[in-house]
Amino acid sequence: MPERPVLRLLRRRLLQLIPLLIGVVVVNFCLIHAAPGSFLDVMTSDNQVTDPALIARLRTTYGLDDPLWLQLLKYIAAVAHLDLGFSYRQNMPVFDAILAHLPATLILMLSGLGLAVLVGVTAGIIAAVKINTIWDSIVSVLAVVFFATPSFWLGIMLTVLFAVKLRWLPVGDMTTLGADGGTFAQLLDVLRHLVLPALSLGLFYAAIYARVMRTSMLEVFRLDFVRTARAKGLSAVRVTLFHVLRNALLPVVTMLGLQMGTVLAGSVVIETVFAWPGIGTLLFDAVSTRDYPMVLGIMVLGSLMVVAANLAIDLCYLWLDPRIEVG
Amino acid sequence: MAMQPRFEMMRRFLRNRGAMMGSLILGAVVVIALLAPVVYPGDPLRIVGPAELWPFQDARFPFGTDALGRDIAAMLAHGARTTLLIGILASAASTVIGITVGAVAGYYGGWVDEAAMRGTELFQTIPNLIFILTIVVILGPSIAHIIVAIGVVSWTSIARLTRAEFLTLRNRDFVQACRAMGLGDGAIIVGEILPNALPPVIVLSSLIIAGAVLFESAVSFLGLGDPNVASWGKLIGDGRELIRTSWYVCTIPGLAIVVTVLSLNLIGDGLNDVLNPRLRDR
Repeated sequence: MPERPVLRLLRRRLLQLIPLLIGVVVVNFCLIHAAPGSFLDVMTSDNQVTDPALIARLRTTYGLDDPLWLQLLKYIAAVAHLDLGFSYRQNMPVFDAILAHLPATLILMLSGLGLAVLVGVTAGIIAAVKINTIWDSIVSVLAVVFFATPSFWLGIMLTVLFAVKLRWLPVGDMTTLGADGGTFAQLLDVLRHLVLPALSLGLFYAAIYARVMRTSMLEVFRLDFVRTARAKGLSAVRVTLFHVLRNALLPVVTMLGLQMGTVLAGSVVIETVFAWPGIGTLLFDAVSTRDYPMVLGIMVLGSLMVVAANLAIDLCYLWLDPRIEVG
Repeated sequence: MAMQPRFEMMRRFLRNRGAMMGSLILGAVVVIALLAPVVYPGDPLRIVGPAELWPFQDARFPFGTDALGRDIAAMLAHGARTTLLIGILASAASTVIGITVGAVAGYYGGWVDEAAMRGTELFQTIPNLIFILTIVVILGPSIAHIIVAIGVVSWTSIARLTRAEFLTLRNRDFVQACRAMGLGDGAIIVGEILPNALPPVIVLSSLIIAGAVLFESAVSFLGLGDPNVASWGKLIGDGRELIRTSWYVCTIPGLAIVVTVLSLNLIGDGLNDVLNPRLRDR
C-alpha cells in the first residue's frame, strides 16, 4: 500500500530541516565570531569589571578559551536541546526571553498577513473581473505605490494622521497603561493598538498579492474547465468564486510561504516604530548591546519559523490541489 | 545581436508609459544626486538656520529645516547620492555573487548543483532584514558594510534564475560545438552561455536595486547607518521625535524613497516586457 502523501512529505521535510538548521547556526556563528571583541568585553566594560582573575574565570565559564570548532559543536549540541544560551542582558535564558516576546510578534505578523491576503486577494479579484475598467486601474496604481512604500514610513504617516491629528487610535505600545475592565475590554484595547501596525506591515504585501491574484485569475479564466463550468449553465459569480478562485489562489499561497521570513523581518522594524513589545524590540536591544547569544537565538528561531511556514504551505497545496506532487 | 531587434526593443521600451515615467523620475533623481555638491556645497549635516522651519516659510530652505536647524533640501539632495550609490553597488554585488553561484550550479550540475542550491536555500531561510542588521552591527556602520550586507542577502533570486537559464542552455548545440573545439569550462561559461543567459538576469538585478534602496532606508532609519552621511532613512529616523509638531521632517524624505523605488520598479517592469517577451502579461 502506498504511503500517505502527507506522511511522506513530513518525513522528507524533517530530513531536509536538520542540515538547513545546522547551516543557519554555522553561518551565524562564523559571522558573530568575525566581530571584533566578544560579548564578554561588552559585558565586563558595562559592569566595570577590571579584575583579570574574574575575567579569566568568566572566559572559562562561557567556554571562550575553547578552540572555535569546539565552541561551535557545543553550540549546535545545545541548540539541538533547545538551549540557545544565556542572555546576560535580559538576565535569563535566550529561549525564555524569545518565548516571552514571541506572542506579540506572532499576533502582529498574522494580523498583518491576514489583512494583506484579505485586501490583496479582494483587490486582485476586482481588478481581474473588471479588467480594463477604472477599477482595474485604481487597483494597479495603488498596488504599484504601496509596493514602493517603506513600511516604517507608512507606519509613521498613519500615526501622524490617525493618532496625532484625528486621535482615533493610540500612538504606540500594545496596551493602554492602567486600563481596567473585563477580558473583552482588554481585547478591544489590544485590537485598537494593533490596527496601525498591522496596516503598516500588511499593505506592502497586499500590493504584491493584488498583482499576483489579478494575473493568476486572468490565467485561470482562460482554462478549459472554466468554459465547461459556464457551458454547464453555472452563473458567472458562482464560477468565479468557487472554480476560478480556488485555483487562482495557488500562486498567492506560494508567495505567502516564500515571504514568511521577510514578514518576520518587516515586523521587527514595525515593532520599533510602534513600541510593540515583540521580538523586534528584543532584537534591537540585542544588536545595540552586542548581546550575541540573543541575536543568534533570534536568527535560529526565525529560520525555524520560515521552515515551519513552508511546511504548512506545502500541506495547504495538498488540500488546494491534490494533483500537485510536493516533495 | 543585429541592429534591427535592438531598435525594436528600444521602440517597445519607449512605448511603455510606466517605464518612460519611471525613467524620467529616475533621471531627475540622478541629476539631483550629481548636482548635490554644486548646489549644496559643504557638509549637508551642518546647522544652517533656525530649527523646525516649515517648508515654504523661508525661500532659502524650500523644504524647511529639521530639529537641529539643518537644511532638509540639502540633506535630501546628498541623500540621493547615498541611496543611489548603495542601491546600485549592492545590486551589482548580489548580481556577481548570484551569477557565480548560479552559473557554476547550472553548468556542472550533479553534487555541485545540489550543494549550491542547498546553500541558496539556507540564505533564503534566514529572515533577510534581520540578517542585514546583524551583519551591519558586527562589521560596523559604514556605507561599504551596508553594501556588503545587502549584497550577501539579496543574491539568491539571481542565483536561481541564472541556474535555470544555464540548465536550459548547457546542452545546446553551440555549447556542444565549443566543447568539441576544446574550449575550457571557464571560457564556455563566461564567453558562450553567460551572454545568452543575461537578459532576464539584468531585469532581476534592476529590481534588486529597488529592494536595496528599501533595505538601506530601513537600516538608516533604525540608526544603524553611517552617522556622518546624509541618508533619507536616517532623516526619517531623526524626524520621528517630531511627529507631533513637525511631521514634514519625516514626510518629505519618505516621499523621496517612494518615488525613487516606484520609478525603479516601473523601469524593471518595462525592461521585463522588452527583454523577456515570453514572460509578458505575467
